[in-house]
Amino acid sequence: MQIDIKTQAVTQLRQTFSHVARYLGNDKPASRYQEATYGLQAETNFHYRPLWQPELELYDKRRTQLVMKDWYVLRDPRQFYYGTYTITRARQQESMEKNIDFVERRGLLRNLAPAAVEALVLALVPLRHLEWGANTHNCHVTAYGWGTALTQATMFHTMDRLGLAQHLSRLGLLLDGNTGESLAQAKALWLNHPAWQGLRRVTEKMLVTQDCMEVFFAQNLVLDGLLYPLLQNHIEPHCAAEHGPAISLLMDFLPQWFDETSRWVDAVTKACVAESAANHDLVAGWLAQWGALVNDALEPYAGMVLGEKGPQAVKAVEAILEARVGKLGITLDRAVA
Amino acid sequence: MSSDTVFIAFQANDDTRPIIEAIEADNPEARVAHFPAMIKVDAPGRLVVRRESIEERLGRAYDLRELQINLVSLSGNIDESEDEFVLCWN
Repeated sequence: MQIDIKTQAVTQLRQTFSHVARYLGNDKPASRYQEATYGLQAETNFHYRPLWQPELELYDKRRTQLVMKDWYVLRDPRQFYYGTYTITRARQQESMEKNIDFVERRGLLRNLAPAAVEALVLALVPLRHLEWGANTHNCHVTAYGWGTALTQATMFHTMDRLGLAQHLSRLGLLLDGNTGESLAQAKALWLNHPAWQGLRRVTEKMLVTQDCMEVFFAQNLVLDGLLYPLLQNHIEPHCAAEHGPAISLLMDFLPQWFDETSRWVDAVTKACVAESAANHDLVAGWLAQWGALVNDALEPYAGMVLGEKGPQAVKAVEAILEARVGKLGITLDRAVA
Repeated sequence: MSSDTVFIAFQANDDTRPIIEAIEADNPEARVAHFPAMIKVDAPGRLVVRRESIEERLGRAYDLRELQINLVSLSGNIDESEDEFVLCWN
């Protein structure tokens, strides 16, 4: 008897879920990011409105003045879903651990003169409270924003901010030899030192801002867009020049994280302002309003750390943010402040 | 298919999807054939893989040497730079 071996190719009937296919416009293979994003926002079958806000649904697009036809256009160019996000951050954490280990074993911060330790605690450690604020603000966006594209990215962002706060805490612990003294000191500085009160005011004002997209832009575009370039281009080089390069090693994550995250913030901003002139004017208005607040807050902080070079540094980072939002299609002149 | 055809074949998975999309966008004459677990792209004369097109779809920096991870086979002479990976017959 003769046996013929035949191969049979089985073609799959569908390439992806139909709700994803509807978004893509045709049934082509979708990436994991697309499958973990599109159509996941709960929209129907809510019988009751929330007791705490009965005029709105549990998930409601009206929790911001910003109007989008389709909230799923606010995609994350990094395409983070749970898997890719955790893998990326785990890798970065590993390299950070190496840096911290290096500094710890050689006692590079522990052996600094008391005056230097004090200066570094004053300049950097209170930022952990600001990062905690950023964590909470992005929680607010995640809770009250609409659409998985945006809210999953803001959720990841909350974890990022906790991570940054922890890096700053560990920097403090390296300075005080693990006693935790620097953390208590930093909290007192955050609450009482005049140079920190501006940033504290901005952070706390955001805590009582209702509009979730206003919070998004105020924190992630305006405050970060001014503070991070200041830290990266002025504060860190200054601290390194004064107190040795160990501090640069511990702040290595900062430019990397900021560059990566900015691409996401930029993409969201661009999509929001491109949607309509009304959105543009709204975002430009928030930008002008929060920009002025943050500017007032940064001046005393930059002045305290950088001395007379402070005002110049604040001007330089303002120019950076202005150029950045210009590229995103925002003209600040049209703003109704 | 004429004798000057070049091809490149990748494993069919989540990693190669943006690469194939980039190749399709950059090479309008290319024909994409789906096999079980493999995707083969044929192009008459010349086929270019551009780093920027892949990065656009991937949302992160990409090194063209990463192509090798999922590469099954290819034909043609290779001209490789940091920005482009070109297949053609010299």
